Amino acid sequence: MADNSVILEMRHIVKEFPGVRALDDVTMAVRRGEIHSICGENGAGKSTLMKVLSGVYPHGTYEGEILLDGEEMQFHDIKASERSGIVIIHQELALIPELSVTENIFLGNEIVRRGVIDWDGARLRALELMARVGLETDPNTPIKSLGVGQQQLVEIARALSKNVRLLILDEPTSALNEEDSANLLELMRGLRARGIAQIMISHKLNEIAAVSDSVTVIRDGRTVETYDVEAGHVDEDRIIRAMVGRSLDHRYPDHTPQIGEVLFEVRDWVVEHPQLPGRLICKNSSFTVRRGEIVGFAGLMGAGRTELARSLFGRSYGHYRSGEMFLGGKEIHPTTVHQAIEEGLAYVPEDRKSLGLNLLDTIKSTIVSANLGAIVRRGLINSDDEFRIASDYRHSLRIKAPSVDVGVSTLSGGNQQKVVLAKWMYPDPDVLILDEPTRGIDVGAKAEIYRLVESLADNGMAILLISSEMSELLGLSDRVLVMQGGRITGEVDGDNATEERILDLAMQADTRTAS
Amino acid sequence: MSSATSTGNRASLGASVNSLWSRIGGQNISLLIALAVLVAIFGFLRPDVFFSARNVINIGLAVTILGILAMAQTVVIVSGGLDISVGSIVGLSTMVLAVTIQETGSVPLGILAGLMSGLVAGLLNGSVIIYGPVNAVIATLGTMSAFRGLAYLLNNGNSIAIQGDSLRVLGVGNFLGLPYAIWLLLAVIAVFIVLTQKTVIGRNIYAIGGNQTVARLAGLPIKRYQLGIYAMSGLAAAIAGLILASRTMSGQPASGSQGLELEAITAAILGGCALQGGKGTIVGAMLGVLIIGVLNNGMILTSVPTFYQLLAKGALLILAVIVQERQRARSGE
Repeated sequence: MADNSVILEMRHIVKEFPGVRALDDVTMAVRRGEIHSICGENGAGKSTLMKVLSGVYPHGTYEGEILLDGEEMQFHDIKASERSGIVIIHQELALIPELSVTENIFLGNEIVRRGVIDWDGARLRALELMARVGLETDPNTPIKSLGVGQQQLVEIARALSKNVRLLILDEPTSALNEEDSANLLELMRGLRARGIAQIMISHKLNEIAAVSDSVTVIRDGRTVETYDVEAGHVDEDRIIRAMVGRSLDHRYPDHTPQIGEVLFEVRDWVVEHPQLPGRLICKNSSFTVRRGEIVGFAGLMGAGRTELARSLFGRSYGHYRSGEMFLGGKEIHPTTVHQAIEEGLAYVPEDRKSLGLNLLDTIKSTIVSANLGAIVRRGLINSDDEFRIASDYRHSLRIKAPSVDVGVSTLSGGNQQKVVLAKWMYPDPDVLILDEPTRGIDVGAKAEIYRLVESLADNGMAILLISSEMSELLGLSDRVLVMQGGRITGEVDGDNATEERILDLAMQADTRTAS
Repeated sequence: MSSATSTGNRASLGASVNSLWSRIGGQNISLLIALAVLVAIFGFLRPDVFFSARNVINIGLAVTILGILAMAQTVVIVSGGLDISVGSIVGLSTMVLAVTIQETGSVPLGILAGLMSGLVAGLLNGSVIIYGPVNAVIATLGTMSAFRGLAYLLNNGNSIAIQGDSLRVLGVGNFLGLPYAIWLLLAVIAVFIVLTQKTVIGRNIYAIGGNQTVARLAGLPIKRYQLGIYAMSGLAAAIAGLILASRTMSGQPASGSQGLELEAITAAILGGCALQGGKGTIVGAMLGVLIIGVLNNGMILTSVPTFYQLLAKGALLILAVIVQERQRARSGE
């Protein structure tokens, strides 16, 4: 490590919102040549801290001081922090899809000669930056035709164009597949070698362990501890313990499945792409799920898992071509989402903010929203029933909120996800499809959701679990189906499933279809 | 331990104050304050007339038409749409009503035809928006002109006088000291409040406006809802047209052309509707209507020239949107 002097120090940062102390005396230091990870449960204050650092919350709205190279900084907006070389890359990328790579890199920072933009100069400079981040494409390509992984590289190139000295990455791999994630981590190591200090916020403990030099854990707005990774002070259990303030020995509940007869069966399911007629998204998929069984769906991005799930759920994706569906031995034909719900299917979508929740709504009306008919008395919604049912779920799922009257937008990710789960538990489905049920939520909430899923299975539901997190699939599933290119290409028994075997199957399938 | 308990108490006290505030609605309290300020200003400028029973009833009558339109507009905006053709539908429905009475001599038939014309106009709006598909603002901008043209065509651009005492009763009659039109407005308010707050339909309208994809994945037939909402908006405009016709005892093709849609949209937004949909209340919209009603009445009483009144109303709409956007930004969406 070249230079170990401190580049950034944050001292005794306190940030209050009406009624909440979001940051309560946070102190941390980042050294010049290091990758410094920050972890903590959702709502612990990580994002608030980064907003203080980057000037989103201007100087004067918080207490404490920020020192960059030993000098006190008073940022009044993001521009000011960027001038000092602090650049933040948010989880939701801030690129304009219609504009080219070059235009996005220099957005708001255009290279101007004699009053007009020097596009030739910009393109040359863009190529230089793209080479540094390993992005191989035409700089004129519009952003929308790039994959998420490449878009992330554009963001980093943009940061480099601003002469970044401290790069903040907020959950940089949350939307990336395994390969792109590995590439990104490699790039981060390269940047570190060039002396760019980095702060990474992440929930993925294996990635934290792989690239970080130090780890700071934040809990309830306070710094709990900072670990030096090289000195070997750190392991996953220790980080988790610090994050949740308790030990999580049973992340995946020890549990004996109570598997019954076949409850849900799909035969030769074929679905066409919604816009491209003739292109098949699901190709002759057949599978069964037994009562009390959790069947995992593994696959790389674009394997067709979500598309299959949504086409089963009332044909809410693509055009149905052929195939049969049986519930409890009886063939069913739900052609609308409404019918699917009536038949006893439920689908918890992958992106809770855009697909699962109406963010303007309250907890209570969200929870009852998929089964409103059940609380109607003489044509009118019974508010007492609504409040009681929602409150029951709040207690049984331990949704952290002052009451069920508050808006879902005020909740942390884990609690929002619990609300979405409650919404789909309330109709009491026979078949529950969970699509990435724990994406972007903290370990504590994850463990609770795992226990919940197990108990739903034990109560006799058939559960389909789509997940890109291998440990989750292995930990929860009684059986794992591997999908690739719209086909179910392999099946692994829960007891014999390993990460290698599943990936192996997905890859094998890959080469087979390619040849 | 004791300090933990006291923070707990404080938190729960804070929560109950908060919940009281949210029950009445911070927005509604601001509107009540604005209304009180307006009343104080005009009351101070024209103390002799402004508070007279006659003037209060005048304000009430003046806001019946706007009130019905604003409530319907609120539902449309909550669902994520907009209907700027309502003023033209008012004019069209008075003409259909008058022509029908002229041709058949039957007032009930005329009322029925008037209401039906509004319903059909609304269904047409909805169909264009859903099956075009055409952006709601553009679709109803188009039909705003088309319906007005149709209203003029019905009698070569002339108004039609209506003969029919049973219709006149609606315009001038009283019950318990209040004109029938105000009773009608109160009934419509009650229907809309129950619809939006207490029924599955109302709840689903908020869901559709809040996030259409989420609503679809909860199994709601979105197109059917949208069609119904625009049909309702057209019908509400025809009810407003009925009140207008009973008051003037004529079909006026130009009626509602003096910016009725603008006032209805202003009232809805003053009342807390977000143009993005998903948010807004009937009570808020009615407070917005009262503000506009008092403003119109007060400006007439204090002899503000018409041109300035138009200027003021336009500014009010833009101001309402600015306030709304600021609040949205502050709530951090």
